[in-house]
This record gives sequence, C-alpha cells and structure tokens, in this order.
Amino acid sequence: MDHPGEKQHIFDKPQNVNRLLRGFYAICGLLLVLDFVLHRHIAHSWENAPAFYAIFGFVACVLLVLIAKEMRKVIMRKEDYYDVDE
Amino acid sequence: MWMSELPPFVPFFLAALLVLVTRGWLRLAIMIATPVLGGIHLWFDVPAGTSLVVPILEYELTLLRTDRLSLLFGYLFHIAAFIGVIFSLHVRDTMQQVSAMLYAGSALGAVFAGDFITLFIFWELLAISSVFLIWARRTDKAIRAGMRYLIIQVCSGVLLLAGALVHYYQTGSLAFEFIGLEGISGWLIFIAFGIKCAFPLLHNWLTDAYPEATPTGAVFLSAFTTKVAVYALARGFPGTELLVYIGAIMTCFPIFYAVIENDLRRVLAYSMINQIGFMVCGVGIGTALALNGAVAHAFNDVIFKGLLFMTMGAVLYRTGNINGSDLGGMYKSMPKTALLCIVGASSISAFPLFSGFVSKSMVMTAMIEEGYNYLWLMLLFASAGVFHHAGIKIPYFAFFAHDAGIRTKEAPGNMLIAMSIAAILCIFIGTQPQYLYALLPWEVDYWPYDTTHVLAQLQLLFFSALAFVWLNKQGLYPPELHSVNIDAEWLYRKLLPVSAGFVRNSLQQFASKLSVAAKAPFRAMREALTRSRIAEHHLATHWPTGSMVLWIAVLLGGFLVLDAI
Repeated sequence: MDHPGEKQHIFDKPQNVNRLLRGFYAICGLLLVLDFVLHRHIAHSWENAPAFYAIFGFVACVLLVLIAKEMRKVIMRKEDYYDVDE
Repeated sequence: MWMSELPPFVPFFLAALLVLVTRGWLRLAIMIATPVLGGIHLWFDVPAGTSLVVPILEYELTLLRTDRLSLLFGYLFHIAAFIGVIFSLHVRDTMQQVSAMLYAGSALGAVFAGDFITLFIFWELLAISSVFLIWARRTDKAIRAGMRYLIIQVCSGVLLLAGALVHYYQTGSLAFEFIGLEGISGWLIFIAFGIKCAFPLLHNWLTDAYPEATPTGAVFLSAFTTKVAVYALARGFPGTELLVYIGAIMTCFPIFYAVIENDLRRVLAYSMINQIGFMVCGVGIGTALALNGAVAHAFNDVIFKGLLFMTMGAVLYRTGNINGSDLGGMYKSMPKTALLCIVGASSISAFPLFSGFVSKSMVMTAMIEEGYNYLWLMLLFASAGVFHHAGIKIPYFAFFAHDAGIRTKEAPGNMLIAMSIAAILCIFIGTQPQYLYALLPWEVDYWPYDTTHVLAQLQLLFFSALAFVWLNKQGLYPPELHSVNIDAEWLYRKLLPVSAGFVRNSLQQFASKLSVAAKAPFRAMREALTRSRIAEHHLATHWPTGSMVLWIAVLLGGFLVLDAI
C-alpha cells in the first residue's frame, strides 16, 4: 500500500539504514578491541578466552534461530489447527 | 493515617464494589485513588512485623503478615495496579474494571497471607477474578482459552488446599513458612506453586490465555499471577536445588518458541516464562544474593514486561492486529510507542543502565559463585536469546521491518502516560539501583556496574544483535508466518479431544452393531409371524394407536411409582 504525498520517514532512505548499520558495526568492533585493552576480573576460566562473550552471543543466537527454524518443520501447524477435529 | 493493620486487599475489594455502583469520572477517580492511597499507606504506615489475625471457627486466619519480602511485593503490586489503571482509563467496561480491582486486591491478599487457608482463598480468587480480563475480549477463542485457563488455575488451588491440609494433619500448623520438598504435602504445594509459576509442561495456560486477553487485561495479567507464585516459592522453597534445574530449563526452551511465534503478545508470554526462569533459578540457589536477585528481578520484570505488554496492547488497540506477519513500519504512525517499546526491550534484554541488568546480574553472579557452571552457560544462552526475541524481534517486526502500509494514530494519551511511567521506572532503577537494593529482603553488598561486567554484557548483546543482522542479510531469518506451534498443550487441546472423539465414535459404532445383532432374531420372528397363518387375524396386523398410548401411560406410571419408592 502506498501513501502518496506522505512525508518520507527516517528509515525510508536506504542510506539512513546503512548509516545506522555502520555505526552498529563500529560499536561491535570497539567492544572487541576493549576486550584486550581493559583489565577484567575473571570469575570463571572460560571467560579467559578472548572475546568469550562476543563469540558466545553470536554463536548462541545463530544456533537459536537455526534450531528454531528446524523446529518449525516438526511443530508448525495451520492457524486453525486447534479449531478443527481431524 | 489509617490503622496499620488494615490488610492491603481491603481497599481494592471496596473499590471494586464502588466501581460497580458508580459511573464516569467518579469511577475513574476511585480506580486511580485506590492504588495511590493504598501504596502511600503501605509505604508510610505499615512497618515490617505487622500482623492481623482473625479467628474464624476453630482456625486463626492471618490476613496480614508483613516482612521485607511481602512488603516489597506489596509496593510492587500497588505500582503495577496504578500503571495498569492509567493504561486502561479509556476502557468503559464494568466487567474489566471490577475484575481488575478484584484481581489486584487478590494478589495483595495472597502475598500478605500468613497461613495456608488465607493463601488458598486468594490463590483461587486470583484465578476467578482474572479470567474475566480474558473473557472481556468477548470472542469465541477468548472464551474457550479463558475456560482452559480457569480450569488449570483452579486445579492449582485444589492442589494447594490438599497440600495444606496434609501439612496441617502432619504438623498441626497452617502457618505459611518454609515448606521444603518433604513428604507429600511439600510436593503437592510445590506443584500448585509450579502451575502458577509456569513450570515446564505446566506452562501452557500462560501462552494460551494471555494473548487472548483484552489489550488492557493482558497488562494486569502479566503483573500479578506469576509474581505471586514467585513470591510463594521464595517463601516456601528457598534453596530447593531442583528449582535451579527447573529454572534453567524455563529460561531456555521458551526462546525457541518465541523466535518462530507470530502473535507478538504470545512472544511476550513465552519470554515471560524465560524471565520467570531466572527468578526460579535464584530461589533455587537460595543464597542471600540469589534470593535478592530473584525478587529484584520479579520487581523489574513486572514493570518492563508490563511496558512491553502495554506497547503491544497499544498497537493491538489501534490496528486490531498483533501478528508480526501483518505489522511493520508502525514507527511512522506511533513513534512514541515505538520509542517506549525500545526502552522496555532494552530493559528485558538487560542492557546496562536499564532495569533488567541490575537484577538479572545478581542471579547470574550467584549462579557462578555456587559453581553451577553449565547451568550458568544455559542462562547466558537464554540471556542472548531473550535479547534476540524480545529485545529485537518485538520492536523490529512491530515498528520497523518492511512497511505493511498500516497508518493509524499514536496511542491515546492515557496509554502514553502509563507507558512513560513504566519506562521512567525502568531507566531510574537501571541507573540508580541503590534504591531498589535498599528494599531487598536480605542484607547483601552488591553493585552491578563494574568494567568487567558491563563489557561482558555489552559484548554479549551487541554480538547477539550482529547475529540477527547477519541472519537477516543472509535471508536465513525465519519469516513471520500465520501458524500455530505445537507445545505441551497439544496433550489436552488435541490428543485428549481427538481420542475422546475416537472412543465415542467407536462406542457408537459398537452399540449400533450390537443393536442390529440383538434385533436380528426378533426381526426373523416377526417375518416368520407375518408369513404364518396368525397374520391373517385382525389384531396381529394392526396395533391400535389407542392401545399404544395406553401402554406408554402404563409404563410412565410404572416409572413414577418406581421413582417414588
């Protein structure tokens, strides 16, 4: 649906989206660098691994989404699944 | 001001009565004044250690028992009721307004209950009063979901009563103190609490019913029932190790469902189970830090989950739709709601400076201090996952993503005020946690903001977001689809009815075959009779209608006589 004459909103322009993403990537990079600069108090030996939390967060979320996607093949049904008797 | 022994549920129940007989602005004034005055009274006039015991028959009911634990939940429920009332000020529906007041009052009654009978009464009142917030949607789906909700909630109450009676029989006391998993009474009460707490496999009432409630009803629902259960666990079962494992499962499995769920309020319902998981873990660990973390997280969760339910309620109210597949681009019409949603999303994701961070970190720290390394990894996984489904998915698919072309108005003023109050609280608690920490029941010296912790959390969250961006760019992110995902509820929503239908059909078929078989000899006799010579006589061919009526009358009369005997 188009809304002619409507003013352009901030994310209608692709360059604004790209600007946001570039800023986001920059912060991610900065956080990685800080990992090596700042002194950290380690509570557990796993945390010694460089960028432990960054890697964990990324891998965890990719796994989460890919597994959930596979789950759909088994558990997904039509919206009226519970409304009809089979 | 008033007497300090006034149980906090009383003003709410009186308000519910007054709401029934008033109209217009007076009714709204009563609804606003109740949580405000009640909250002020509780804060200033009711110290820890107050109690009110009312003898009824041979029992003594403790209608009020205050300590730092019950008081904290008392304050919280007044805040939640106040925010909920403001959010629903535009509603002109006596059923919802009365039940909201009764529901909030029942929650207060339950947390201040000092004995099992009082707890049981309010436990059931919570169920009965809240179901009207679901039925008030007045759709077929909502009525059926509400019925399932009610049945399960009432079952929880029945288990609680059974456990309490066994407990009374064994110990001679009805006082609601530490219970523990000793004997049958402990287990019965544990399962009763577990149902309301949405333990795995007992959780589907929540994801089934909350998304069917009215836009404003879901805000009340999200605040009270499960948090009363967390309170009850924290009082009855602190340090029960089983809870750590149950909690860890609760944090992990719902996030998979949340990723592929289309109804955004159902996504919030799943993420609610995930957040309660952190609290259950905290209660299970049972150290002072962990218990403080559990109740602090309950406190924050009511506010940020309430905020998220409010933003989704506002979208539902304006568009009549809350499916991720049909929304998108709503930030153009509802920019303020979008911004408030992002505050709620940041809080639930435990971004530093937002409320979730200062409470969840206590549970996480306690977990690793007590040596639950692998469970700690599960919680870390769940922390990344919660950001993924609640922190990003909710605001992204509702307000951004591709523009679905829906144009509407910004949320009504009262909704914006309520959401803003919740958002301000999220940021205030996140930046000034010392005020919340000062209210916590146990003495602990804890401060969440240190370099290591902040950096770790930021890395976790930003790289989770990076995963979202990457998956989206690669086209790997599962699209929002109109669908239902099978969960444990399948057992009673599909297997039970289908197998009941199967049994009924088989029995019917069997019965008809049996009757055919039983009639066969008679049919043969009749045929033989009609072929015989007797058939030539008048009486054998025609049964006079009059004699049939007579015989029926005789039969019925016989039944009457038998019945009288």
